Amino acid sequence: MNGTLLELKSVSKVFGGLTAVDDLSFQVPAGGHIKSMIGPNGAGKTTVLNMVAGVLKPTSGEILVGTERASHLETHQVARLGIARTFQNVNLFPNMSVLENVMVGCHSRSGKGLLRSALRAPSQKREERWVIEQALEKLRLVGLAGHSPEMATSLPFGMQRLLEIARGLASEPRLFLLDEPASGLSAREVMSLAEVLAKIIAKGITILLVDHDMQFVMDISDEVVVLDGGRKIAEGPPLQVQNDPHVVAAYLGEGD
Amino acid sequence: MSVNDLPAVNAPEPAGKAEGRLDRRGLGLSLPTWPFVLAMAAVLAILPFRFSNTYYTTVLVFIGINTITAVGLNLLMGYAGQVSLGHAAFVGLGAYTSAILSTRLGLPLWVAIPAAIAVTSLIAYVVGVPTLRLQGHYLAMATLGLGIIVYIVFKQWDPVTGGTSGIVNVPPLSPLGAKYSDNPRLFDLQTYFVVWAAACVLMVLSANIVDSRIGRAFRAVHGSEVAASTLGVNVSGFKIQVFVLSAAYAALAGCLYAHYVKFVNPEPFRFTFSVELVVMVVVGGMASVWGAVVGAGTVTILSEFLREFGDYDVVAFGVILMLIMTFLPQGLTRAASDSLRAALRARRRE
Amino acid sequence: MEFLSQLLQYLFAGITAGSIYAIIALGFTVIYNCTEVINFAQGEFVMLGAMVAAWAILGLHLPLPIAFLLAVAVAGLIAAGLGCVTIPPLKRASVVTLIIITIGASILFRGAAMLVWGQDALPVPQFSEGSILVANAVIMPQSLWILVVGLACVVLLRIFYDKTMVGRAMRATACCKEGAQTVGININRMVVISFALAGVLGATAGVIVAPISLASFDMGTMLGLKGFCAAIFGGLGNFGGGILAGLILGILESFGAGYISSQYKDAIAFVLLLAVLFLRPQGVLARRKSG
Repeated sequence: MNGTLLELKSVSKVFGGLTAVDDLSFQVPAGGHIKSMIGPNGAGKTTVLNMVAGVLKPTSGEILVGTERASHLETHQVARLGIARTFQNVNLFPNMSVLENVMVGCHSRSGKGLLRSALRAPSQKREERWVIEQALEKLRLVGLAGHSPEMATSLPFGMQRLLEIARGLASEPRLFLLDEPASGLSAREVMSLAEVLAKIIAKGITILLVDHDMQFVMDISDEVVVLDGGRKIAEGPPLQVQNDPHVVAAYLGEGD
Repeated sequence: MSVNDLPAVNAPEPAGKAEGRLDRRGLGLSLPTWPFVLAMAAVLAILPFRFSNTYYTTVLVFIGINTITAVGLNLLMGYAGQVSLGHAAFVGLGAYTSAILSTRLGLPLWVAIPAAIAVTSLIAYVVGVPTLRLQGHYLAMATLGLGIIVYIVFKQWDPVTGGTSGIVNVPPLSPLGAKYSDNPRLFDLQTYFVVWAAACVLMVLSANIVDSRIGRAFRAVHGSEVAASTLGVNVSGFKIQVFVLSAAYAALAGCLYAHYVKFVNPEPFRFTFSVELVVMVVVGGMASVWGAVVGAGTVTILSEFLREFGDYDVVAFGVILMLIMTFLPQGLTRAASDSLRAALRARRRE
Repeated sequence: MEFLSQLLQYLFAGITAGSIYAIIALGFTVIYNCTEVINFAQGEFVMLGAMVAAWAILGLHLPLPIAFLLAVAVAGLIAAGLGCVTIPPLKRASVVTLIIITIGASILFRGAAMLVWGQDALPVPQFSEGSILVANAVIMPQSLWILVVGLACVVLLRIFYDKTMVGRAMRATACCKEGAQTVGININRMVVISFALAGVLGATAGVIVAPISLASFDMGTMLGLKGFCAAIFGGLGNFGGGILAGLILGILESFGAGYISSQYKDAIAFVLLLAVLFLRPQGVLARRKSG
């Protein structure tokens, strides 16, 4: 799969008097690419993710998924375009088990309705079976299959992150948005995370991620976009961006 | 590139038998409910013949009717996490509509009852669209207001509802013919079986729904609306769906009530009844189909039992309610299953 | 002239009822501001005030001011008791659980009242005799008493929140709990006090409305629910809004009953509630929440 998967065209987001994102444009190619957004705190990175995911609507500008305009869509419609996401503060379903959390991920790929579910029609039973197997496959990918029956929120934090990733994968996305996936993880957990991300892009899924862990970002990314005060100040391969004087200045000002 | 370019991963392999049986318990999935419901049905089938007094049969009929409403309300409150303090209105709407259709328009019950359910569901849909946009407290208040408005309409709209006197001479349930509906004892028995057959079927259907893609969507909405929507769940659509579904259950219960008691008046559908319904669901245990039965049974029997204490019944009910909500907010079913699980664990350790 | 006097009649009746709703709305607001709990037992505090006062006057033959103080004290104590009971579940319970606990309390109070005083309505005498004529419209002096006492409540409440230590502590609790705790305010004590205050307010409403509406064990339900509608209409947590909303509700009810239909009078409050919730859940009269 080639081509541009995601494109932001002059996207801005204004909250009351505050401009969180200012005239931002960049592209993300399809097919197993990792692009990261970095920048000092308050640079607008999570806001961008929220807009791409359809949780927020841009004040101006346009977001394109493939060739389709996506900025006006509802969150669940954006999800059905093939976009999955994780959350900064892990947003699992606390009332469901590990396995069931991932099974919800298959929601957009299954379609048996109320009547067939109520009556347990054979076609619905087959679909259920298939959903369970899909979910188990994703759990195996992140190494959590053995924890299936446990309640999602009883897992240690690092595993909850992986569970959220497995859940997103279950929707077979083309684009996976990761919001600070490495935050709160130990060094070893970050390495496991990197391995999981490698497996993800091996499947041809593109990742757009936001994080503060500079080492992690520079290690795994194909390309990096640097934001400061809602504006793009640099874009390119990690090494190039690291040495960009504007980037250095922005971070020195932050005292990072 | 568009969504159509996605490889077709939706269709499950139409292969033959899948490899081996799924270890449902090991995966943490629930066991099928229908065997247990069948067992309960078997017990229920024998009960009325053991009673010397038809009073007990009558109580069980009411428990059955309340169970139907409670199962539906449980889907809404327990699984989808939405509060309704006005569900008495839907029971009443079902009862009144069916009564009006069968008395004024002379429609046979097999037309009137489905029509009543359809009408009530439609009203629930219309009302649900603006209401379910609200959250938590506000949703509870809106449903409360709706319930009271409907009650006031029942009481005041004389030409249609008969006002405070209500509607009399409502035709009785008689699937087996007049012989069964004319004889009081046989009528009680026949209604008992009809009601509990409906309740058991609905329990199984509801359990199936809960353990399916739709049920998971309900529970996901309860767990985290934002996360659910990012997985493609149309949150508002599902909230309305479960709301209408719970209203349909309530309407059926209302119809059964109307054609058992053979008259309809506003009093049973006041705010108090809405509260009782919520109590049934909460006390029985939310997010559990069995909770609905336990709750309906507990509340109905409690009201009957407490009536023995004369005027103390209301006080006692209030106290018991507060005690259970304070100490067992998860409800009786969960409390029972938790202590059972703890006991089993302790046994295993020895 | 006929039209004018009728209009004035409805207006006064409306303001009278509205003042009662306003005081009840204040009670809801006091508790909500401190705890974010909607106290469905608020109407029962009104009933308790009315019943205790009625019993004090008719049964114990106490003079009115003493009866009033007794009623308010009893209701305040019982309300404080309810406050104590809600504290443990407050931290971890869901919206539904808390709502049901207060509903359970209201059932309890109603049942207890029925046990103690029976089901009959008690006729409480008016505070002063006679009637007043304004442009051919008859006003009962009780209406004026209601207005005066209502006003006094508002003023005293204002003084409480602005000038007393406890009142200022409650405002701190309402706005920022963690901050309040770090300066040493005992949150639990604030919760109990807010409930007691709501009990006092409710009982006050009960005592002044009893001569008009008769005191009975089940008078609290509708009054409480309507006061609650007013509180929402004015914006939960907004004192001024609640008062204004209560008055507006009373007047709308009165005009609606007089000019349109008295049958659906009770429904007006709830239709208003729904309109507010659907169109502007934060309350029509809500100001933006100030820090």
